[in-house]
Amino acid sequence: MQDKVKIYPSEPYDVIVVGAGHAGVEAALAAARMGQKTMLMTIHLDKVAFMPCNPAIGGPAKGIVVREVDALGGEMGRNTDKTYVQMRMLNTAKGPAVRALRAQSDKNYYSRNMKKVLEETENLTLRQGLVNELIVEDGVIKGIITSTGARHQAKAVVLTTGTSSRGEIVIGELKYSSGPDNTLPSVRLSENLLELGFELDRFQTSTPPRIHDRSIHYEAIEEQPGHKEPNHFSFETPDKAYRQDQLSCWLTYTNEQTHQIIQDNLDRTYTYSGEFAVGPRYCPTIEDKIVRFHDKPRHLLFLEPEGDNSHEIYVQGMSTAMPEEVQLDILRSIKGLEDVELMRTGYAIEYDIILPHQLRPSLETKLVHGLFSAGQINGTSGYEEAAGQGIIAGINAARYTQGKEPYVMKRNEGYIGVMIDDLVTKGTVEPYRLLTSRAEYRLLLRHDNADFRLTEKGHELGLVSDERYERFLLKKQRIEAELERLTQLRLRPKDVAALLEEKGEKPLKDGILAYDFLRRPNIQYAEIAQLFPAEVALDRHEQEQIDIRIKYEGYIEKSLQKVEQMKRMEDKTIPSFIDYHQINSLKAEAVERLEKIRPETIAQASRISGVTPADIAILSVYIEQGKFNMHAK
Amino acid sequence: MTNQYVDDTIAAISTPPGEGGISIVRLSGGDALAIADKLYHMGRKSLKNQDSHTIHYGYIMDGDERVDEVMVSIMKAPRTYTVEDVVEINTHGGMVATQRVLELCLKAGARLAEPGEFTKRAFLNGRIDLSQAEAVMDVIQAKTDRAMKVAMKQLQGNLAEQIRILRQQILATLAQVEVNIDYPEYDDIEEMTTALIEKEARNVQAKINDMLQGAREGKILRDGLKAAIVGRPNVGKSSLLNTLLKEEKAIVTNIEGTTRDVIEEFINIKGVPLHLIDTAGIRDTEDIVEKIGVERSREVIEEADLILLVIDQSSPLTAEDIALLEQTEKMERLVLLNKQDLAPQLDLDTLMSYVEPAEVIELSLMKKSGVDRLEEKIAALFFSGKTALHGAQLVSNIRHIALLEKANQALDDVLLGIEQGMPVDLVQIDFTSAWELLGNITGETVQDELLDQLFSRFCLGK
Repeated sequence: MQDKVKIYPSEPYDVIVVGAGHAGVEAALAAARMGQKTMLMTIHLDKVAFMPCNPAIGGPAKGIVVREVDALGGEMGRNTDKTYVQMRMLNTAKGPAVRALRAQSDKNYYSRNMKKVLEETENLTLRQGLVNELIVEDGVIKGIITSTGARHQAKAVVLTTGTSSRGEIVIGELKYSSGPDNTLPSVRLSENLLELGFELDRFQTSTPPRIHDRSIHYEAIEEQPGHKEPNHFSFETPDKAYRQDQLSCWLTYTNEQTHQIIQDNLDRTYTYSGEFAVGPRYCPTIEDKIVRFHDKPRHLLFLEPEGDNSHEIYVQGMSTAMPEEVQLDILRSIKGLEDVELMRTGYAIEYDIILPHQLRPSLETKLVHGLFSAGQINGTSGYEEAAGQGIIAGINAARYTQGKEPYVMKRNEGYIGVMIDDLVTKGTVEPYRLLTSRAEYRLLLRHDNADFRLTEKGHELGLVSDERYERFLLKKQRIEAELERLTQLRLRPKDVAALLEEKGEKPLKDGILAYDFLRRPNIQYAEIAQLFPAEVALDRHEQEQIDIRIKYEGYIEKSLQKVEQMKRMEDKTIPSFIDYHQINSLKAEAVERLEKIRPETIAQASRISGVTPADIAILSVYIEQGKFNMHAK
Repeated sequence: MTNQYVDDTIAAISTPPGEGGISIVRLSGGDALAIADKLYHMGRKSLKNQDSHTIHYGYIMDGDERVDEVMVSIMKAPRTYTVEDVVEINTHGGMVATQRVLELCLKAGARLAEPGEFTKRAFLNGRIDLSQAEAVMDVIQAKTDRAMKVAMKQLQGNLAEQIRILRQQILATLAQVEVNIDYPEYDDIEEMTTALIEKEARNVQAKINDMLQGAREGKILRDGLKAAIVGRPNVGKSSLLNTLLKEEKAIVTNIEGTTRDVIEEFINIKGVPLHLIDTAGIRDTEDIVEKIGVERSREVIEEADLILLVIDQSSPLTAEDIALLEQTEKMERLVLLNKQDLAPQLDLDTLMSYVEPAEVIELSLMKKSGVDRLEEKIAALFFSGKTALHGAQLVSNIRHIALLEKANQALDDVLLGIEQGMPVDLVQIDFTSAWELLGNITGETVQDELLDQLFSRFCLGK
């Protein structure tokens, strides 16, 4: 059938983005906003920026990515702020580096609103269609061909096909070809990638059942309401927009009966009865949890609303590939869910990924110039991880068509940089999720300073408007001026006597600079500002900056020193034509790894497993020798 | 791990190890002067403010204690060998003082130079040409291999095991902190508090201090003095080994030699750790192996710190005995005249033309007589500082000490942070550093280790 479709020439574009999930929409918006004529093609127009798994955005590390996307001029933060049903700030009892915002999203509203943004963006064409083939000539991307026969020329193409690539859904003994949430899978494109010489792998992920809220005995379980104090993802959203009537989530637990049901039916789940693709360790199926942690008497489950205009409830923590019948038994064994009405069955999905060592740090493929990929197809999981890669791929696709150098975010500049470097340098053997422990400089990569880290870059790239940039500069100026004032302001013992007494602390003996006084963990900037007001009063978020920068200065300094130590290695590029086999002192294992990854800098090379410090020393000398030769000539 | 190859300051003892009148500790890099200033004391004099290519008299201090009286040469970039700031500290107090000066440099922020690294820097900074650099590359390579062998041996040792236990202890704590951060809503995972971290940190620090104390008292204790038992067949080499082993129950380890037929044992004689290498088996096997055996003996002799040459006094000196006497002439050695229970056949005059009287010990392994004298002699040699370790092992030890010191400092920072009321995730930064530094000793540092720990210990979801 497919072969009979007549190919016809259609509209050419600068950038074509294939897939309109969280990676695709950011990629397309970035490219279009940077002035490129862009087409975003999706299998189903009603599934734009859809959340086929949990209805939540943010959390530790991930929430910081959302703010990084926002600071770069992306859409995820703004769109979440418009469509959330609950907001919580996590880790508030811990230090500033790990505080994290998380929203429960209205799944449908999020999707609809994002679609509208796309529709209203200049230079951007949103199209429903299935891409079957990439047009590649001499290792350079030239365009795409769709299943309906349209041949679009393109200077750059971004693949963001998510779990659609040869997707297969598994529910117990049932297995069928499908994209996420029963959408059409993309089959031909995967085959095309193999023909082009890409190395693909199969990954697996799973999602829990959805249930009707009227069937839940809420009185028997614990409520988890949203937080009162206003917080948003976007640096642009004002506190006054904070939603007051938030929806609650609910907590319940599995029990021994639940575990018995799962044990008795393990042979009926594909995961344990046969060969199955690799699933994520950090998001195990309920059957995985029971098998791997059999001595745990109970597992926590969250019941999460899917939106304002929906009665569907997402059972967080119970993702499963068990047969439907068993899923029902499991649900009904749980407190509060005894009479549950199932609305959607949980399932596992297997899909193709491009092994990410085939990518450059710009997310361009090494094999085909002008072809980029982002999101789950690169072996990650999570909406935020997808969006973070999406905006980078979009930026670099646009810069590629403009003949400019790619933008690469460094590990000390953002979690997005950490993630992409991990992927292209170390690869991944399971769906990759960002965790704060993956970042060696996490104190520098806070959610409160994402705008300080990236707004300037976003502006320079053309994604942050002059107006927003001006506002940012003013904020920056206010904070710096205030920090300066605090280093001049001398507090006399009597100035703070009342304050200290109130806190039950000893009075000061001598005067002290306000800046030094603020180093005390229990003294807040707001308290000093009350006694000695700044010329221009700082808002809540600006005040927080003052506290963080003063209180954690020593630790921040230490992290900056580490960054400085790495910098020379980061700046040292490895020539792309290098032949590692020619360096005879390198270990065989190092040669093999270096040939496979082909790192772009000495720093990246040093992070490859199997490459030792001695190898790095030898490589450095070898590269310097090359330069030496060139100078000699 | 971070690889600080390029812009940090390196230090090493740049004169050959052993008993020399003057030794030199060389520093190179941007902080060379600053580091030297931290240790150097001469009134209010600051080395930083002195002219380039000048030499200064003064003392190296460890706090209030004078470690050595020194001359310090200052050479400022770029007119130096490495094209960086270079400081050379000329020490006078012998090997022990020189080592302490080096340790103090490392403690003050320098990194122990890798083999060939001064030359490497000279090349990287354009000071020497390509052919010279290639020669250096070979050196780096060769020394790296040797260093690796030493490292492998130490891995099997006690230190590595202790370090591994400590790291595991830290890791368990770290993983729990991470889990609390990345999965804050899992109420059934115990919250790691700074109080718990403090307990762990003090615990680990106490153990590190024990190790440092031990290392100070005798770096050699862990490596042992390499003593080779040599001699022609049937003179009693195996008996010597067995006698020493039987009398001393303190056998630390027993590892197979890398080449067949060489037996290696660790024993302790009067407080002196001996790494005994017995070539006994070599010649007792078939003729085919004989050639390999001779080669091997020569290698063992060259590597040894002390030679125990066994000669049978109940038979005349053979050509083979003489060959061995000549071969070991310039080495630290003891010549053991065995089989005193039998009638002497040996021409003492001939023998004495090859040996010093002080080197000779008469004994009968059969009757177990004279063994005491042998042991006392070994101990005396050791404590008089006559026998020294080979360079590579010395270096590894100092590297370990430097890393332990740094880990200790990181733990101090942990405790300081807790005292100042810092939140868990900041305190944890220094705790992680301690863990990484300890890992550098054993060569195990991968961040993925932490993730594995995370996922295997905790059941996670949201």
